[in-house]
Amino acid sequence: MTLLPNIIFGLILLSGIGFFVKNINKLRRNIKLGKSINIEEGSSKQRWANMARIALGQSKMVRRPISGILHIIVYVGFIVLNIEVLEIVIDGLFGTHRIFSSIGSLYGVLIGIFEVFALLVFVAVVVFWLRRNVLRIKRFMSSEMKGWPKLDGNLILYFELVLMALFIIMNATDTQFQSMNSGNIVSGVVAPWFEGLPIHAIERAAWWLHIVGILIFLNYLYYSKHLHILLAFPNTYYGRLAPNGQMDNLDSVTNEVKLMMDPDADPYALADEPADEPGKFGASDVFDLNRIQLLNAYTCTECGRCTSECPANQTGKKLSPRKIMMDTRDRLQEVGQIIDVNKGTFKADGKQLLGDYISNEELWACTSCNACVEACPISINPLSIILDMRRYLVMEQSAAPIELNTMMTNIENNGAPWPYNQMDRLNWNNE
Amino acid sequence: MSEQLKVPTMAELHAQGIVPEVLFWVGCAGSFDDRAKKITKALVKILHKANVKFAVLGAEESCTGDPAKRAGNEFLFQMQAITNIEVLNGYAVNKIVTACPHCFNTLKNEYPSLGGSYEVVHHTQFLKSLLEEKRLTIEGGKFKGKRITFHDPCYLGRANNIYEAPRDLISKLDGELVEMKNCRKKGLCCGAGGAQMFKDAEAGDKEINIERTEQAIEVKPEIIAAGCPFCNTMMTDGVKNKAEGQIEVMDVAELIANAQDL
Repeated sequence: MTLLPNIIFGLILLSGIGFFVKNINKLRRNIKLGKSINIEEGSSKQRWANMARIALGQSKMVRRPISGILHIIVYVGFIVLNIEVLEIVIDGLFGTHRIFSSIGSLYGVLIGIFEVFALLVFVAVVVFWLRRNVLRIKRFMSSEMKGWPKLDGNLILYFELVLMALFIIMNATDTQFQSMNSGNIVSGVVAPWFEGLPIHAIERAAWWLHIVGILIFLNYLYYSKHLHILLAFPNTYYGRLAPNGQMDNLDSVTNEVKLMMDPDADPYALADEPADEPGKFGASDVFDLNRIQLLNAYTCTECGRCTSECPANQTGKKLSPRKIMMDTRDRLQEVGQIIDVNKGTFKADGKQLLGDYISNEELWACTSCNACVEACPISINPLSIILDMRRYLVMEQSAAPIELNTMMTNIENNGAPWPYNQMDRLNWNNE
Repeated sequence: MSEQLKVPTMAELHAQGIVPEVLFWVGCAGSFDDRAKKITKALVKILHKANVKFAVLGAEESCTGDPAKRAGNEFLFQMQAITNIEVLNGYAVNKIVTACPHCFNTLKNEYPSLGGSYEVVHHTQFLKSLLEEKRLTIEGGKFKGKRITFHDPCYLGRANNIYEAPRDLISKLDGELVEMKNCRKKGLCCGAGGAQMFKDAEAGDKEINIERTEQAIEVKPEIIAAGCPFCNTMMTDGVKNKAEGQIEVMDVAELIANAQDL
C-alpha cells in the first residue's frame, strides 16, 4: 500500500488550513488598524449570554420566519456535518476507511442524521437561490447588490449545493457503506442511479472533491461576505450592552469643554507641558473607527435586513445601512492590500472612506432611529459609523447642511434649536 | 386661551426651602412649539390632579444638546450638557420627568458620564407609576370605544426599550388600541430624529412621515397617539396631507387630560 495518497492529503489539508490562517491573521491585523475601545460596560457573563442567545441560538434570525428557519437548517447542518469532516480528515491522514464505523450501530444513526441534514440543507439552499434569483426579494435587489455582491451570494449557494451533493454521492457509491444498510436514508435512494458506472472511482472522486471543496470554501470566506459563520460569535460578544439610544461622549471633547468652561483654568499654565494634540474628531477613514466597528464590517453578510427596515431607504433616499457596512469592509480590505504591497506600512493612496465610498448625502439622510441596529441578527451597528462620520463632517469640516448650522447657532445663542429667547421658556403658561 | 396654571420653578421653591418630588423637564419643543405647548399644559394639569409636587427650571432650562449631538456637533452637545448639569446639580435634582423622548434619552443615558446622574423617566412611565400608586385614576370618558393607534417614538422604544407604559395608559381609556403593521421594536420612524426635524429630507420618493401616516391610516384609527412632540408634529403634518379632519394626533398626556376634561 502506498503512502502517496496520505501524503497528498496531508499536504492539501495543511496548505488549505495554512492559507486560511494566513488570511485570518491579515484580518486581525486589519481590525487592529482601528482604535482600541474600552468595553467596561456590562459583565463578560452578559456578553457570553448574548453570544449564546444571538449567535449560537439564532434568536434574532427567526424574527423573519421563512429566512430564519431556512437559515437555522443550514446552520445546524453545517455544524452537524463537521463531525463527518473530522472522519474524512482522519481517514485521509491515516489511510483508513470510515474510521468511525467501528462504533457500531450508532454510526448508522449518525450518518443517517447527516444525510437528512444534507438533504434539508440542499433544499434550503435551493430556496435561498430562488429567493435571490427568481422571486427577486427586494432587499437582494438594491443597487449595492449589483455585480460582485450578487455573484458572491450565489457562489456561496453553489458551493453549498455541490458540497451537499458530493456528500450524498460519496455515501451512495460506497458499496461497503451501502451494504451496511444502516444510515443510508438518502444515499440509499440515490445509489441505484450509479449502477453500471465505475462506482469505486466515483466514490473516490466524490470523497476527494468533498474535502478539497470544503478547504476551498474555507479559504473563500475571507474573500467573500460569508465570514459571518465565524465572526458572528465574537461580534455578538462585543455587541453593545448599553441602551441603543446612548451615543458615546467623546472624551477628547470633554477635556476641551471642561477646560473651556472652568473659570479657574489658566490656559497659559498648561504651556510648560504641551498637551497631546487632540486627535481627529469623528471618522473619515477606517483608521478613525474603532475595532468593534471594523469587526462589524467583516461580520456583515449583506442580508439587508437593516436596509429593508431603514426609513430613509424605504422612502427612496440613498442611505442603505448595509452599504455603510460593505463600504467600510471594502475600504478596510483596500487599506490592507496597500499594507501588504508596501511590506507592512500603509502609504496614503489619496482615498478615504468618506467621499470615495460613503457620500455626505447618505450620512445626512439618517434619522438615527436604530431600526438597522435592531434589525441586524448578529449585533452589527451601522448607526455608530454614520454618527462618527457626521462628527467628522461637522467638527473637522464644518460641512453640515445649512439648516443644521442654523439650528446649532440657535442652540449656542439661545439654548434652543429655534430662535426663541431662553428667558421666554416659561411663556407657554401665559398664553 | 389665557388660563394660568400654577407652575412653580425650581428657583422659587428653592427660595422657600422646598424640595419638589420631581423636576418636569419641559424641553425646547414643549416650551416653544405651539402644538407641543398643549402637551406641556396637559401634563401639568395631570400632575396637579395627582397632587405631584413638581417644579420646572423655566428660564434656567436649556436645550439638552440632543439635536447637536446627533448632527455630529459633540462640542456643542457637551457645552449644553455641562451647563445643564451644573444647574441640575445646583438644585440637587434627583428625579426628572419629561414628555420628550429625545430629552429623556439624553438626560438618562448621556449625562451620567459627564457628571449628571438622575432618575429620568418619560411622562408615560411616570403617569403609569402614579396610576399604580393610586394617586391618579384614568377614566375612558370621551375616548371610550374609539380606535386609537400608538406610534412608537424611536427614542422611547428602540432606544430605551419602553413599549408598554404608553400602551398601558391608553388601554385605561377604554378605547380600542389597534397596532400598525410596524410597531414596537419594528416601529417606523416619523422622520424627525437625528436632527432631521431641523432640515429638509434628502432627495427620495417620499417623505418618511407620509409613509408612517399611511401605515397608521391602514388600521383606520380615529386617533393617532404619540409620546413625542416631534413625532406629533410629523404625524400631524402627515394627517394634514392624507386624512385631514378624519384623524386626530394626540399625545398620551393629552388623551388622559382630555378624557377627564382637565
